[in-house]
Amino acid sequence: MMTPDSEAALAEAVEGAKDTLRIQGGGTRPIGHAEGEVLSTAGLSGIELYEPGALTLVAKAGTPVAVIEAALAKENQRLPFEPMDHRALLGTSGEPTIGGVVATNASGPRRIQAGACRDSLIGVRYVDGQGGVIKNGGRVMKNVTGYDLVKLLAGSYGTLGVLTEVGFKVLPGIEATATLVLHGLDVTRAVEAMSKALGSPFEISAAAHFPETGKTTLRLEGFEASVKYRMAQLRALLDGFGDMEEVLGNASKEHWVAARDVTHFAGVEGDIWRVSVKPSDAAGVIKHLPDGARLSLDWGGGLIWVVAPRGADIRAAMNGIAGHATCLRGNAATFHPESAPLAAISQGLREKFDPRGILNTGLMG
Amino acid sequence: MEMPAPDVKIMAKKARLVERLQAVLPRDAVIHDEAETRAYECDALTAYKCPPLCAVLPASTEEVAAVLKICHEERVPVVPRGSGTSLAGGALPTADCVILGVAKLNDVLETNYDDRYIRVQSGRTNLSVTGAVEENDFFYAPDPSSQLACAIAGNIAMNSGGAHCLKYGVTTNNLLGVTMVQMDGTVVEIGGAYLDAAGYDLLGVICGSEGQLGVVTEATLRILRKPEGARPVLMAFDDNEVAGACVADIIKAGVLPVAIEFMDRPVIRATEAFAGAGYPDCEALLIVEVEGSAEEIDEQLRKILDIAGRHNPVELRESTSAEESAKIWLGRKSAFGAMGQINDYMCLDGTIPVSELPYVLKRIGEFSRQYGLDVGNVFHAGDGNMHPLILFDANKEGDLELCEAMGADILRLCVEVGGCLTGEHGVGIEKRDLMFDQFKPEDMEAQMKVKDVFDPKWLLNPAKVFPLSVTETRRAG
Repeated sequence: MMTPDSEAALAEAVEGAKDTLRIQGGGTRPIGHAEGEVLSTAGLSGIELYEPGALTLVAKAGTPVAVIEAALAKENQRLPFEPMDHRALLGTSGEPTIGGVVATNASGPRRIQAGACRDSLIGVRYVDGQGGVIKNGGRVMKNVTGYDLVKLLAGSYGTLGVLTEVGFKVLPGIEATATLVLHGLDVTRAVEAMSKALGSPFEISAAAHFPETGKTTLRLEGFEASVKYRMAQLRALLDGFGDMEEVLGNASKEHWVAARDVTHFAGVEGDIWRVSVKPSDAAGVIKHLPDGARLSLDWGGGLIWVVAPRGADIRAAMNGIAGHATCLRGNAATFHPESAPLAAISQGLREKFDPRGILNTGLMG
Repeated sequence: MEMPAPDVKIMAKKARLVERLQAVLPRDAVIHDEAETRAYECDALTAYKCPPLCAVLPASTEEVAAVLKICHEERVPVVPRGSGTSLAGGALPTADCVILGVAKLNDVLETNYDDRYIRVQSGRTNLSVTGAVEENDFFYAPDPSSQLACAIAGNIAMNSGGAHCLKYGVTTNNLLGVTMVQMDGTVVEIGGAYLDAAGYDLLGVICGSEGQLGVVTEATLRILRKPEGARPVLMAFDDNEVAGACVADIIKAGVLPVAIEFMDRPVIRATEAFAGAGYPDCEALLIVEVEGSAEEIDEQLRKILDIAGRHNPVELRESTSAEESAKIWLGRKSAFGAMGQINDYMCLDGTIPVSELPYVLKRIGEFSRQYGLDVGNVFHAGDGNMHPLILFDANKEGDLELCEAMGADILRLCVEVGGCLTGEHGVGIEKRDLMFDQFKPEDMEAQMKVKDVFDPKWLLNPAKVFPLSVTETRRAG
């Protein structure tokens, strides 16, 4: 394992590599099957710039997420997209890094309101497959100068370049949070309730459904009086969707940390899948899941977490429904197959950014 | 601004090209008469004009694919055009190019309120996207000032923003999927009505690629439910720096307004003379707008006014009615028109870290004196996206060049303080040669490699974005 302690040393390591490299941040999201010597970014750590008044933060890629969240919390700010911590679900240990968050575009329940990781990402530096150091974007939140390679690198799983520095737009902290719990809805009714709430002006910041406990949960965040007001409005709006209960303060926060990290499936046997469809298609996918599959919904029904019996083909369950499925743990192909013209573009990009084909070979199609 | 010399070999085969295009399009969709092609000679950067070889107005994805396939075979450059509202010359033709206009692609294909998206053809105007859903109290968030005229295709090409993007983001944050035709005629579907597209974030790279990677014919856009209400407050200060500090404090306090707009004295005076919104005569004005229910608005405004009160304001003006709200916005909305009454102007849109605002405003004032050209500043302060308006006289010899030189100095300053050349208008031809100031050659090379993949022959809008000297060998194919 190589752990260079500077961007220049990392670039040298890539340039001098004789064989394939497995790019790793904290190693907590071992998604897919990459081969080769591990090249870790853990040696590139530290916040390089943080301007609370400008809502911007730039950090080296190997900086632990915890360090960034602590620095933000000190100024009562936060990462908008609530990055998921994969350790509980995937049974991994180690320290999640901010570079790993970006490489996997890890985004939590607030994605429906505040966007994904890529939406908050405003700048990157990376080392391409030949050891060249490239900069794109920067530290300002509106930037259309040249192509947006920032987005391209987000979620590229280290296959187009090794991230060395990432910059974010951050948001002010949240004064109050509350969760409305609806009891006893089936998937179809739950999605209806979530769609109704998300189509309201009451600024729902998360909407999830857990069939095993029969709970559908909707989160409100903001100033205390506003949360209280919207909670009352939301209850009135969803009158007729069954029993309701309010969860406030820390209990609300804890619920969403658990939902974000899918801890309800921690330690379970089987393959782990993540399916992305439009919410109204969720019930259609679920209907075709194999016997014994367990599931929960996030993003208002647009994200389905599935624990399936080993070897089950979840893509077949999608039955032509538009969307995609990623196999986070299991023997199936990790990433959803692309249409021929898209696969050609992806392959073309990969050949341009990493002509020797050494970066995380085996990931991304 | 220099443009590449037209290829005489292409000019010579105009007749054949027109004939081939007429074979795949209705006759009136191929515009080749020299008098008529003049309608496409420029966009909103009117200082530069050049009629194209011909213009086509396809009405479907299939027709776009047929046109591009022909142009690809004939090795003819294609310049895509939305509504021609680009301030950066993004749709400026060359004499040897085909303008591909999307004006006939303006249908709404699908609206879905449960899943909160709309699918439209890309020639539809920004405002009419909202128009299609507002009877159900929904809206499409990005709102560039040209929204009455500008097309979604152009919004995607330039990754357009607007006054409300502090809260709602820009085009790239609201785009879910596209149907796009590549230069060789291949049709690709990217993303869809679901939240995260599979594979590489191609939507992210297409957005803001200034029509150089493909022609988007259909788009799936996120729509949002309208807030219960919105209300602005106006704050006047006798010092730019203090106004800048007030912006930073508002942001730090945890209030997230939908808009924070800033105007300086030259713009305040010009808009007063033009629109008479009743603004106080002061050094700097902020318009801050918040959303929510009446009580929520009250609470947010109370916090904002508390903060502003600590910065020694000349005046704080709260709106108590829809008319008063409109009046607060009136001056801001007429700012560009007001400046245009005084003289011709060039509108820049460099972005800077918000903390650098006072310094940058001071330096712009110095440039103004140095060049002898007046400049007004009106911009989105919450996100640091500046809009200096440099006044010049287009009929006065040398004034345009002087103005461009001053603009270049201001943009270099934006880069120097950690910002960028353009926050929402795009590079086009206007800022092409300044790319050297923002990017190292290898950074530009990495971007151009993306175009190599999508358009290996460099036929789509080839003379834009990157300095001509950098793209020369690629364009020569």
